[in-house]
Amino acid sequence: MFDLQWLLIAIPLASGLGLLVWGKEGDRFGHLIGTAASALSFLFGVVLFASLLGKDGEDRSQSTKLFTWIDAGSFHVDMGFTFDQLSGLFVLLITGVGTLIHVYSIGYMAHDERRRRFFAFLNIFIAAMLTLVLASDYLVLFLGWEGVGLASYLLIGFWQHKDSAAAAAKKAFVVNRVGDLGMATGIMLMFSEFGTSSIHAVNGAITGASGSVATALGLLLLLGACGKSAQVPLQSWLLDAMEGPTPVSALIHAATMVTAGVYLVVRSHGIFDASEAARTAVIVVGLVTLLAGAWIGCAKDDIKKALAGSTMSQIGYMMLAAGLGPAGYAFAIFHLITHGFFKANMFLGAGSVMHGMDDDVEMRHYGGLRTFMPITFATFGLGYLAIIGVPPFAGFWSKDKIIEAAFGENFWVGLGALLGAGVTAFYMTRLMIMTFLSEKRWREGVHPHESPRVMTWPLIGLAVLSALGGVLLVSNWITEWLEPITGHAEHEELAVPAIVLTLIITVVVAIGVVAAVAFYRREPIAVETPADSSVSIFARAGRHELYGNELNDAIVVRPTRHLTRFLVWFDGKGVDGFVTGVADRLGDTSQFLRKPQTGYVRSYALTMFGGVAVLVLALLAVTLA
Amino acid sequence: MNEYITLSLILFTIGSVGVLVRRNAIVVFMCIELMLNATNLAFVSFSRQNGNLDGQVAAFFVMVVAAAEVVVGLSIIVSIYRARRSASVDEASLLKS
Repeated sequence: MFDLQWLLIAIPLASGLGLLVWGKEGDRFGHLIGTAASALSFLFGVVLFASLLGKDGEDRSQSTKLFTWIDAGSFHVDMGFTFDQLSGLFVLLITGVGTLIHVYSIGYMAHDERRRRFFAFLNIFIAAMLTLVLASDYLVLFLGWEGVGLASYLLIGFWQHKDSAAAAAKKAFVVNRVGDLGMATGIMLMFSEFGTSSIHAVNGAITGASGSVATALGLLLLLGACGKSAQVPLQSWLLDAMEGPTPVSALIHAATMVTAGVYLVVRSHGIFDASEAARTAVIVVGLVTLLAGAWIGCAKDDIKKALAGSTMSQIGYMMLAAGLGPAGYAFAIFHLITHGFFKANMFLGAGSVMHGMDDDVEMRHYGGLRTFMPITFATFGLGYLAIIGVPPFAGFWSKDKIIEAAFGENFWVGLGALLGAGVTAFYMTRLMIMTFLSEKRWREGVHPHESPRVMTWPLIGLAVLSALGGVLLVSNWITEWLEPITGHAEHEELAVPAIVLTLIITVVVAIGVVAAVAFYRREPIAVETPADSSVSIFARAGRHELYGNELNDAIVVRPTRHLTRFLVWFDGKGVDGFVTGVADRLGDTSQFLRKPQTGYVRSYALTMFGGVAVLVLALLAVTLA
Repeated sequence: MNEYITLSLILFTIGSVGVLVRRNAIVVFMCIELMLNATNLAFVSFSRQNGNLDGQVAAFFVMVVAAAEVVVGLSIIVSIYRARRSASVDEASLLKS
């Protein structure tokens, strides 16, 4: 049965391509086909996962070779897939959350005349993402990696008639290329060092290689992961990516695609286990992004951008955990899954709010929506409780474990992660207050209403998952389940008992919540965004995304522009100048030589006589001398 | 002996000046013939002076070539005259740049 795992990919791919070429009459049922394809893939994934559960520990990695993709000399790549404990979890997350978001999109995109194309792109995304997680070779993984990048580009720019959306799509694509460069170089390095790019073989052979190779590979893969997962320093595209339709933000830019970097690190654990330096780099990147994302989340008034900052921050947690080595891999994946539930839930909730508020994303125009959108409020509330880490909701379990593991690694890393938890509580509470609780600040002519049932059911489903996601940790199921992949880790003894640390985390979270309540309930929230000059320097920096764009501009964009201008100048004046200059001189010379050609026979004759005379005189001179 | 060479030089000079200054194609042509005959005279004189036949052989060659040249040259002049109703060499300056 596992030989058929390629069907997981083929079903949505066929549906997506089919929907693209179908034509107008597909508009009536295209969305249903797209949703059905995703659901079918999910059901098949469940069947495969269930049969994996029934197997013994050693049989739980099921590989299949579809065909030989590349066979050139010593370079050999099989189009092969591996369904194991890790990719199985991902298949369920991608297709499960993906299907719910497909259902939601039926309602959300109902009035868009290009809905069929939207579903086609979503299906192609699902297929590419499944290729990414099922691949058993880095090159096949790269195929999926680029595929999700393409789908992300197409979907961010789905409303391409808006200049901002088109520009955001381009930005995401270009920034991702930087990361992909690292990824591609990493694969080339693997081939030159080990003669193969098979994931299993590379991670097995790495122990025999020198430490510098492991470090180089780790850093190159980390660069790839940074691009795809919007980690510092390649974070700038994620906030702009919110130009895409909200289901896209939920599926691609919160739940699945942006977590691909974490998957890559966990999947390449052999490389990162072999290099202390690479792991440290992962921890630093994760910690910096965690705090930067939370900072940005505190300052944004655009509900989607606030959530995007939060996504950055949560992926930072996952990266941090993945950098901790075997102690953290399982918790990184655990947090990835719970985050997939609650963040998709909240993004869809934000979409539901926007749906009711005439597509306004400005939180300062919301307020008091609790009674008008009870289902959205309740589901969003569950997501909120999950993300800030209130027991017993999903985020509590996963974040608690990561912070605990971080303290096991290093006190300061743990402290940073703890601080992040407090800030998370602050900005999420701010978002809740501004959107659902405070007084009404609606624009004129806006009549908030609850979304149709096709949109609220996926919300309810995801809310239930956000609430109950923690069951994966019951009797350490997820760590034991992933142990064959991630390796066994001895539990580190902390200076304080784990229960005390949990209490401390809960207290920090409570402080964050209380601070936000005190801050935003004290006085009415301004309808207009306060000017930059009237807010603190922290808020100003957060609003400008910590000047990430300005930094990119100064370091990359402007020097590149100057270089282009110089090259254009050099091409015009230097290269072209030389070529045209030679031609011009030749022309001038011919103009000069043209003058004696009078066409009169006698002038030619005179020239001839003159020449003969000179010749004769020369002869005479030579003979007589 | 010097008289022959002097005559040859005079004839050659007349011929070359005629080629350079006259407009009528026929006259130019006649001047060229004059130059050829001047050289023939010089060839023959030197042949006599040196006591061998080389110069006379060269003179025969010049005559043969001159005869051929007259045929070609005159036919060109006649066809130009037919086409342009003029035998002036200055008017046939189509090659002017």
